[in-house]
Amino acid sequence: MKNEFKVIADLIEQDKKVLDVGCADGILMKFLKENKNANIRGLEISKDKVQECIAKGLTVIEGNAEKDLKQFPDKSFDYVVLSQTLQAFLNPELVLDELLRVGKKAIVTIPNFGYWKVRFHLLFKGTMPITKTLPDEWYNTPNLHMCTIKDFFNFIKSKDIKIFKSLALNDLNISLINNSNLGSKNLFADLGIFLIEK
Amino acid sequence: MNTENNIKTLIIKKPLKLDCGKVIKDFPIAYETYGSLNSKKDNAILVFHALTGDQFVTGINPITKKDGWWSYAVGPDKAIDTNKYFVICSNVLGGCMGSYGPSHKDPDNQNIFGTNFPVITINDMVNAQYNLLDHFGIDKLFSIAGGSMGGMQVLQFISNFPEKSKTVIPIATTSSHSAQNIAFNELGRQAITADSDWNDGNYNKKNLNPGKGLAVARMAAHITYLSKKGLQEKFGRKLQEREDLKFGFDADFQIESYLRYQGSVFVDRFDANSYLYITRAMDYFDLAKQFKGNLSEAFINTKAKFFIISFTSDWLYPTQENKDIVIALNSIGADVGFVEIKSDKGHDSFLLDVPDFLNALKNFLDKSYIENKS
Repeated sequence: MKNEFKVIADLIEQDKKVLDVGCADGILMKFLKENKNANIRGLEISKDKVQECIAKGLTVIEGNAEKDLKQFPDKSFDYVVLSQTLQAFLNPELVLDELLRVGKKAIVTIPNFGYWKVRFHLLFKGTMPITKTLPDEWYNTPNLHMCTIKDFFNFIKSKDIKIFKSLALNDLNISLINNSNLGSKNLFADLGIFLIEK
Repeated sequence: MNTENNIKTLIIKKPLKLDCGKVIKDFPIAYETYGSLNSKKDNAILVFHALTGDQFVTGINPITKKDGWWSYAVGPDKAIDTNKYFVICSNVLGGCMGSYGPSHKDPDNQNIFGTNFPVITINDMVNAQYNLLDHFGIDKLFSIAGGSMGGMQVLQFISNFPEKSKTVIPIATTSSHSAQNIAFNELGRQAITADSDWNDGNYNKKNLNPGKGLAVARMAAHITYLSKKGLQEKFGRKLQEREDLKFGFDADFQIESYLRYQGSVFVDRFDANSYLYITRAMDYFDLAKQFKGNLSEAFINTKAKFFIISFTSDWLYPTQENKDIVIALNSIGADVGFVEIKSDKGHDSFLLDVPDFLNALKNFLDKSYIENKS
């Protein structure tokens, strides 16, 4: 399991009700179910991935977060997880609002466009950056709204969203992000993980 | 047709009050079982059939000599694995494969009921079938499953008996019959009643059979079970055993011949009055209405795990109508999974060899069964 998922799992206590939005093949769900006794549901847009989840015995709903989150009542999950998908929505702000409505807390991870390798790629190669967390070409990427850790940090603050924990991830290194180190984390982390609440 | 010998029936002695207000008692429910009930009696699956199905789910139907209607899904090592599970299916109330219906005699006057049989509902059907649990001494089913009208029965069953099944699988169905579907059913009923051999429902008395009307009803319905793309790929404009158009009204096109065949074989195995009664039951089905318009209320008392399946090319019970059930369940925090299977086989997909569907069904059942044990 990738390090990102381990960090997410560490943020979730035992016996919680969790919704994994864009749960893909259900690896994180399965881990949370088996290790955290989570009552867990997934929402996934890909038919093939939904089938993989069913084969793992996971409860998953085929659907689109932009349209289908509205069916869940307010605060009906302890945690709603959104891993590296926010930037792929047509309207990320609306999705973020929905995550925080449905979940008592939300865990959102974003691939950092401010990561130094991304900056170097654009600066020296002059082409759209391709990295481990951003593997696609400009013409086939699902990412519509790339942002940096700094962008996201400032954005949630401007929306009066409470940040419980913000973590910077670079391979196996995990560190806390705060106001004073935001600039350097924004340069050296390729992924940001935010535990938030509204 | 003499069908008595191959049909198992349970006589329900307890009076059943129907939605129409009438009470029936001492009536037969015909059923069949597959696999065996384990000692804990926790491996039973109650399967509900659709409009023209019957209790003969799989294997060779002893009456029609054809494969059972859900042979692709039910059997040893299949999605609903009869090596593991005990499968029960009964002919619906109003049906014509041994359960109490319009071709039975009215106990009051010994005349065949015809249209004097009480109008029945999906609710009446499941209330009658519930007696099978007592008959087999099953306290709680492992699952209930069915497609189309079978799915309606699944929804009604878990609403009526919220603690009686661990898992619930409604397939290609709806919680409320749409205007379009009522319209198609009415077309079928009109075709039957317009046949002079229908004789106001008393065709048995005069040894008549409104076969022409029933065949047209089946032909019209059959089109609704397929998809435009599926029909086009299978038949296109291909001609039936001829080089060119004949400039007449014979079956020039293969699709015409196919529909005529479907109509003619159906007449041999199905009763026209049963068709009227069962389509009426479907039209009357509106689960939300039973709960003052709030579908979620229908499921508020159940802890069962739901798995809802729809098909991309099903325009009779489209994905959105299936999703409405998912939405109602999510709004009360129920345990519900949902998948829309890609298939160009239309509404009939649930009866056919659609591997993604059969795999999903098998995986859901088998994983839930293991989880249940642990």
